[in-house]
Amino acid sequence: MLVAILFKTILIGIIFLVSLGIAAYSTYAERKVAAFMQDRVGPDRAGPFGLLQPIADGVKMFTKEEIIPNASDRILFILGPCVFMLTALMMSAVVPWGKSFEFGGVEFSLQVADINIGILYIMAIASIGVYGIMIGGWASNNKYSLLGAIRASSQMISYELAMGMSIVAIILMTGSLSLREIVDGQMHGHWNVFYQPLGFLIFLICAFAEANRAPFDLAECETELIGGYHTEFSSMKLGLYLFAEYVSMFISSAVISCLYFGGYHFPGIDSLDLPQNIAAIVSVAVLFAKTFFFIFFFMWIRWTIPRFRYDQLMKLGWQILIPLSIINIMATGAWMTFVK
Amino acid sequence: MSHYLFYILSTLSIISALLVVFSRVPVYSVLWLVVCFFTIAGHYIMLNAQFLAIVHIIVYAGAIMVLFLFVVMLLNLNKENEQHKINWVKFAAVISGGILFLTLIAAMKSSDLGTYSLPIKSEIGFVQNVGMKLFTDYVLPFELSSVLFLSAMIGAVVLAKKEKS
Repeated sequence: MLVAILFKTILIGIIFLVSLGIAAYSTYAERKVAAFMQDRVGPDRAGPFGLLQPIADGVKMFTKEEIIPNASDRILFILGPCVFMLTALMMSAVVPWGKSFEFGGVEFSLQVADINIGILYIMAIASIGVYGIMIGGWASNNKYSLLGAIRASSQMISYELAMGMSIVAIILMTGSLSLREIVDGQMHGHWNVFYQPLGFLIFLICAFAEANRAPFDLAECETELIGGYHTEFSSMKLGLYLFAEYVSMFISSAVISCLYFGGYHFPGIDSLDLPQNIAAIVSVAVLFAKTFFFIFFFMWIRWTIPRFRYDQLMKLGWQILIPLSIINIMATGAWMTFVK
Repeated sequence: MSHYLFYILSTLSIISALLVVFSRVPVYSVLWLVVCFFTIAGHYIMLNAQFLAIVHIIVYAGAIMVLFLFVVMLLNLNKENEQHKINWVKFAAVISGGILFLTLIAAMKSSDLGTYSLPIKSEIGFVQNVGMKLFTDYVLPFELSSVLFLSAMIGAVVLAKKEKS
């Protein structure tokens, strides 16, 4: 019991540090990818190939002057970025990061909580993610911030519906709400993306919208709203907002890999009969490789597709994605009833 | 262990519920209500009803309270421009609140509140069991309530639709 608690605590600590580390290097990767797409060099001053750039950025953020506007609501102004970061980090609790390790006959699962409603937990955390933005935007007492916050939250609420309904099709196929069971149902290359291409597309678009990433970054559209909900934020509070975006990008990439791309399974590796601990390490590496691909994909899209107009965004969410996801559910249901 | 958790959660729910009423700033009230919903979700988990807990968070904290927050933020209700309530509104509020209080007292009197016993570890709150119950024993009320939701949705769409001149 004590060993299990100790192991979980260490696991939580490791996931926390890894999320932050990956988020930090995502900022570097984003600049490099953008530079590559625009035929530039990108950051190359700090350290070899500019690898120390995230540290330099962090120091810059910390040493900037901290300004809390006089007319703002002080408590909520500080609470906003904290809530946003908290919800971004909380989502990692149900992600199965790999197969279990085994030491001395005791199994150590690489998942913080294997609850039987894992996928609903993700939906719940995604739906309370709007509070960080709304609180921060309102507490700034600035029209642009409030408008940005309202845009961001109405966008997140709209896309949550289609996201939830695209997940329903997966639940229909797997018959379970537990993320580990969904991942284990995709062994031997039976990835959900081959059975649910439409559902995957809907989920991916919604994940972009949930993360407030381009082409759905209307919340911080500088030409209309200056900086959106974080206009008034400075120093590390702004840093937290920007950083949390990368954390949630990392975790939603991991969730996409788990739901549609077999998670820690890769065809061929399961049949190699590796010893359990080595198989566990390989499975973690497989999941991270998939996750990194999706992080790259997020950046690829950002530097390729221009921003939507607000009415286009709402039209896409309500009039295209939601009907499509309902059709997807009906088709999956019919297939499961009559074919399988 | 679970005793202590129960008392901590209950204290938190009562305090946050009181703060909902006593906060002067409407936005704070809404946020305290969100906290209150989270503690109630905690109670559901203690009763081994994880599905209810998570749906409670998704529906109440994630959807309804966001809508509340929207309205309160857009109306920009602050304590500075708070209007003084008219007398008969206060009177009506006291009466309706008092009626609710009486009902609650009556309900409490009839139930046995003598001792706190550990919740029975039933599995009724699991997704499979809730689903089975809903779609066998309670299928008619379930479908009727979804028809009700549908009609409410259509009503909202009709109201929001612009009239063609």
